[in-house]
Amino acid sequence: MCSHSALLAAAAFMLVAGATGAAEFEKFGRPATPEEIASWDIGIGPDGSGLPPGSGTARQGEAVYVAKCLGCHGEKGKGAVALPLAGGNGTIGKPNQLKTIGSFWPYATTIFDYVYTAMPYPETKSLTHDETYAVTAYLLQINGIIAETDVMNAQTLPKVKMPNRDNFIPYVRE
Amino acid sequence: MGRKRTQDDLEFVAGNGLLHRRMFLTGGATLAAAMTGYALRDTAFAEPLPVEPWMKIPTADGFAPYGQPSKYESKVVRGEMARAPNQMPGIGNQRSPIHLLNGTVTPNGLHFVRLHSGVPDIDPDRHKLLIHGLVERPLIFTAETLMRYPMESRLYFIECAGNGNPLYAKEPLQAGVQRIQGQISCADWTGVRVSTLVEEAGIKPGAKWVLAEGADAAGMSRSVPLSKIMDDALIALYQNGERLRPENGYPMRLLLPGYQGNTNVKYLRRIKLVEGPMMTRDETSRYSMTRADGKTVQFFLQFDAKSVITQPAPELKLQGAGFYKITGLAWTGRGNGRISKVEVSADGGRSWAEAMIQSQILAKAVVRFQMPWRWDGRPAILQSRATDETGYVQWTRDAMIAERGSTGNFHSNAITSWGVNEKGEINHVFA
Repeated sequence: MCSHSALLAAAAFMLVAGATGAAEFEKFGRPATPEEIASWDIGIGPDGSGLPPGSGTARQGEAVYVAKCLGCHGEKGKGAVALPLAGGNGTIGKPNQLKTIGSFWPYATTIFDYVYTAMPYPETKSLTHDETYAVTAYLLQINGIIAETDVMNAQTLPKVKMPNRDNFIPYVRE
Repeated sequence: MGRKRTQDDLEFVAGNGLLHRRMFLTGGATLAAAMTGYALRDTAFAEPLPVEPWMKIPTADGFAPYGQPSKYESKVVRGEMARAPNQMPGIGNQRSPIHLLNGTVTPNGLHFVRLHSGVPDIDPDRHKLLIHGLVERPLIFTAETLMRYPMESRLYFIECAGNGNPLYAKEPLQAGVQRIQGQISCADWTGVRVSTLVEEAGIKPGAKWVLAEGADAAGMSRSVPLSKIMDDALIALYQNGERLRPENGYPMRLLLPGYQGNTNVKYLRRIKLVEGPMMTRDETSRYSMTRADGKTVQFFLQFDAKSVITQPAPELKLQGAGFYKITGLAWTGRGNGRISKVEVSADGGRSWAEAMIQSQILAKAVVRFQMPWRWDGRPAILQSRATDETGYVQWTRDAMIAERGSTGNFHSNAITSWGVNEKGEINHVFA
């Protein structure tokens, strides 16, 4: 059904390709250099892949949190105009369910990934790597998962075991 | 042939007045016979037909640069922007007025909208799509370069993962079909096969998943299996013949036919081939299904078969006993994505009869069904039930709650029930 116009387009390209002697007509992607990729390749895997150099502690992160997060997420992540980030332990699947980083999130690496990519709300992707590690540490600490002085970096963050981790299961289609 | 059809010819096929779908084919005489009070009003039509003003007065209207619907259709609009408590201004959704539409294609201005940080103002000449990760040659594409590739045009539905989530509630939400099920839309999507671009980049061994990321401020990102990308995924550039609407992903979006809405990443800026899921926030803590046993199910990506009656619906009151046409939408993401049958019940699921499918049945597109019904003026419960070519039958709300509990929130594909009372008012009920 769609193939008619595709074939016409392909035929047109073949003519051009034939004139230039190119064997394949349908390649228009421009090679991306490592320098170009670096600024966009910000995703962090659960094994810590993609975590940049840098570090931070909860103590350092509290200052960043107070300056850039507290306005929406409330004191110590208890929630305000934006979602609560702490509390709700043991409520998942129950009528009083409260999904927070501490009660729900399965991977600590996701905190870094999300904070760096999507926060703080008025200007996302604006935190430095050190600030992001520090805020991540603070969010883990207010949830009782790490201590105030624990250093979060590319080596330590993937090793943090989230309390609800084992309750996540992949869907298997029958 | 030749004999005058009467109400005695009506072929009832299920409880509470459902009529055989064949009625739509045998013509107007039977339909007319089904309508009560039709003959009594003959005397009211003794006057000559009026010659209306618009039949006489020419106008200079009708030459707008971009046409708009008739002013008489001003109620056919998306719902109010809705957002949950604790969410920022750009995070929310708008639903499609499915009770006022017919056919299968959702007009672009009425497609449902779900945004995670508002619409970004993207300059199409500066937008780039990067394909990298486990590839031989990382590549950058612009919209302009994508235009040179062979394209594919398909009608595909997109549904929000949370559409219909009021069916998980303890009590039936008293709202219309637009509010309850209006996050389903279907459009003619045109774009380039993602497989074409990924093959140009060259797949390295070990690549099993891809991360798709948007250029919006939220960097909306999801991991999906590479097999899906290579099967039928598109980089969509056109929606119903025109470039994508900003709220639906301009200048380009990922289109994963039959997959939950948010995986069709809008404002697509990056596809990274990876070994396994990246466990982004949206696939861990957001679009995952939490069960009563405390377990949370991830990567429930493909939609099961579903249908909903869009007319009658709570927004539309019945005007007295008599003949009505029941109509609605059905769709599935399973298997080849084709609906095989839609059944309708007027007695809360005690008896069912097959509806007529009035549209084409296309893979992973909505189909439109219709069913003749003679309402006797007594309470009734209207339901529809879809079956797809894999044999999957749309389940009841009771079955869905029994399996998933009340915290599932997503992929609510259970049967929706409309309760009709003696006044012709329609309410959302659990039945």
